[in-house]
Amino acid sequence: MDFLPTLWFVVIAVLWTGYLFLEGFDLGVGMLMKLFARDNAERRVLLNTVGPVWDGNEVWLITAIGATFAAFPSWYASLLSALYLPMILVLLGLIFRAVAFEYRGKVDAVRWRGVWDWAILLGSAVSAFGVGAALALTSTGLPLNANGDRIGGAFAWFNGYAVLGGAAVVLFCVVHAAAFLALKTDGTVRERARKLFRRAAPFALLPLLAWGLAVQLSNQKPLGWALLLLGVLAVGFAVIAAARRREGWAFVGCGVFLLSMMATIFLNLFPNVLPSTLSADFSLTVQNASASPYTLGLISIIASFGVPLVLAYQGWTYWVFRKRISSRSLPAH
Amino acid sequence: MEALDIARWQFGITTVYHFLMVPLTIGLGLVVAVLQTVWLKTKKPEYLRMTKFWGKLFLINFILGVATGLVQEFQFGLAWSEYSRFVGDVFGAPLAMEALLAFFIESTFLGLWIFGWKKLPAKLHLACLWIAVLGSVVSAYFILVANSWMQHPVGVTMVDGRPRMTDAWAVFTNNTALVAFPHTIFGALAVAGGFLLGISWYHLWKRRRLGIDTVDAKKRVVVGESPVVDGKMQYPGRDKTDHKVWIRSLRIGAVVAMIAFAGTAISGDLQGKLMFEQQPMKMAAAEAACQNGTSFSILSIGDVGAKNCNDVAALIEIPGLLSFLAHGDFDTEVKGVNTLLPEYQAKYGTNLPDNPIYGDRAGQPIQYVPVMAVTYWGFRMMIGFGGIAALAAFVAFFIARRGTVPESKWLMRLAVFGILAPFGANSAGWIFTELGRQPFVVAPNPQLSGIDQVFMFTAAAVSPGVSVGELVFSLVAFIVVYAALLVVEVFLLFRYVRGGVASAMPELAAPPPDPDDEADDGDAENQKKDDDDVLAFAY
Repeated sequence: MDFLPTLWFVVIAVLWTGYLFLEGFDLGVGMLMKLFARDNAERRVLLNTVGPVWDGNEVWLITAIGATFAAFPSWYASLLSALYLPMILVLLGLIFRAVAFEYRGKVDAVRWRGVWDWAILLGSAVSAFGVGAALALTSTGLPLNANGDRIGGAFAWFNGYAVLGGAAVVLFCVVHAAAFLALKTDGTVRERARKLFRRAAPFALLPLLAWGLAVQLSNQKPLGWALLLLGVLAVGFAVIAAARRREGWAFVGCGVFLLSMMATIFLNLFPNVLPSTLSADFSLTVQNASASPYTLGLISIIASFGVPLVLAYQGWTYWVFRKRISSRSLPAH
Repeated sequence: MEALDIARWQFGITTVYHFLMVPLTIGLGLVVAVLQTVWLKTKKPEYLRMTKFWGKLFLINFILGVATGLVQEFQFGLAWSEYSRFVGDVFGAPLAMEALLAFFIESTFLGLWIFGWKKLPAKLHLACLWIAVLGSVVSAYFILVANSWMQHPVGVTMVDGRPRMTDAWAVFTNNTALVAFPHTIFGALAVAGGFLLGISWYHLWKRRRLGIDTVDAKKRVVVGESPVVDGKMQYPGRDKTDHKVWIRSLRIGAVVAMIAFAGTAISGDLQGKLMFEQQPMKMAAAEAACQNGTSFSILSIGDVGAKNCNDVAALIEIPGLLSFLAHGDFDTEVKGVNTLLPEYQAKYGTNLPDNPIYGDRAGQPIQYVPVMAVTYWGFRMMIGFGGIAALAAFVAFFIARRGTVPESKWLMRLAVFGILAPFGANSAGWIFTELGRQPFVVAPNPQLSGIDQVFMFTAAAVSPGVSVGELVFSLVAFIVVYAALLVVEVFLLFRYVRGGVASAMPELAAPPPDPDDEADDGDAENQKKDDDDVLAFAY
């Protein structure tokens, strides 16, 4: 087993998990902008729970994609070109969302805010769905030929796994955001978020569990069963914690569930990085898709001090903005 | 249209668009960081206002840069998968490093700066801005390393038909990148300088027009204040400090623009000399020069885009200048297209290989001469717009030396319109350098003896699996969305510019506090509570 390619497979798995964990809640907060939040004050509370951090969270995605390019160029090339349309939609969703966060409060008018609220909601939902679909298809395979190119037209990727993965990530984000809001806000939003989490978690997390179970059943890595079990227990723990008003533990439980599902999925994917559904010979693997040992060595050195640094200052950001937010903490404008 | 053409248009449009935001982000970021530093040192209120006002415009622009930058990270894999596979071993590394070492820093610390007013100690808060801004500078460096490798591949050997990185130091200290980096940073400062100057001019003019500022017999400014009607400032924020904000911003803008021009000229000269060595065809095309020569053409007639470049006739020429630009003397001949073309054909073939990867173009003759109209005019627009902006800055600085600007509406319009010139210079420069590299996406490196097979034709770089329909859909989607967002951004910028400092600091809309009122203000306790609980900045 090649050490460096395997290490980078793990790094990329960690980056995707980190992305879903962190941006998961700000995507979810974006999706709660209409039905959950009832008026402008509540929407502002929601926005400001993620205001200082959402942009930093999004960089986890950019880094996951960039690291894939550097460490597994063929994986990067095949995945993005095969999923051309959904990836374009993800990008458009993220563009709208980012711009909406910044521009929403720049003009004090109901219609102006309404438009940007929808941009945040739809942008978040579309990009979460697209990322979920892309990751699910990464774990179950795409119709790739010997060169790694998609066969069968613009929608050849579309299948049940794409829908399952998309739904799994969208629903996870909503539940994760509920746990996050219960932890980060005060007043009525806090109460409602906790209630939403407690009620929705057991059902809304099922698609993600089903995705994990599907890849586990087709690959049967022994450790995968333990991880799935851990995930189920974590959700149970989180729901009980929420019922006992322990919002911090509920959030942790939700996070552990994500971690165990992602670990199951990437564990079962290994040593493939992108299986071909046409022939196992065409599958991209940790060995045949990776960059040279020299390049991997170079980026390993950079990452070994870069990643801890990023974790340190991002952690510090969360510490600086650790206070709960309610409508009372909002300035008039 | 073929997939290749659509993919190229898409890359060009998304990249040039993204690069409208980038120089303003880098340049204005540096300026705002300096302003806040000066404010912290001097505590002069005008510097706080300048920090807040220019900072607001910086953020409105920054976010669109972030949003469109995402596309850049994805699109090599989306529409250019063969390119990604070919260069992945060397090209992905600077991109990944940009994300890990620059993007994270930029976005995290900018978040801390935006939301950290009053929450962080003043010095730490300022440090956050500096770190974020320096992150954007580092980010520019990594991207230029990646781009420069496409212009001048170094530090690799060919293994199984693909370049493999063997010398990271060579890649990261590529001489092409080392000169492109200062050129880009100075280009960004030129944008920021013009931006400061144009907007400040508008506000000084507005104050003149509203009758707030007047000039005395010696044409010196007499600074006034907005009248107060019913306890409210008639023109919010336009007090005496407001005048200092604009005259200082104007002067800073003019000085920055002039320094930036000197910097771009010097670095651009070095860059040009390298390019004559590394990509002689690009420079020949920039000159529309068929024959070898020493003169630089200022203006040519005829169809510079003609395949037969003998139709081009130079109208105005400066003898010796071309040699000077290329070699630093006045009589070394610079090779023209007719000399270079056989050299390229001998080295890299006359026809594209009969390989299915080239699609319909397999076996077709290779066009080694880039579209001359674009390279010729791109080069001149870059230099011309840059020069105009610098000259305008110099003139503006002179006109405003007594502390205000003339009442002329046309001069004001010129100053505001002049904001666009450095943007034009930046875009033209990129279009010139990228299109001038054609037909190569990775231009061959004539200096790397033995491994000069490290090159790639653009025709071989597109994604073979992506259909024309998908590309058309995405191209249309990007054009529509980008156009709409540009309208919104410009609308918001106008709105905040018109509103002046008061739009970024609503507290200025209130009249200056009456000194008698402060004593019996019983709100001290409430004030304290506010500071503790209410966020200094929120969405």
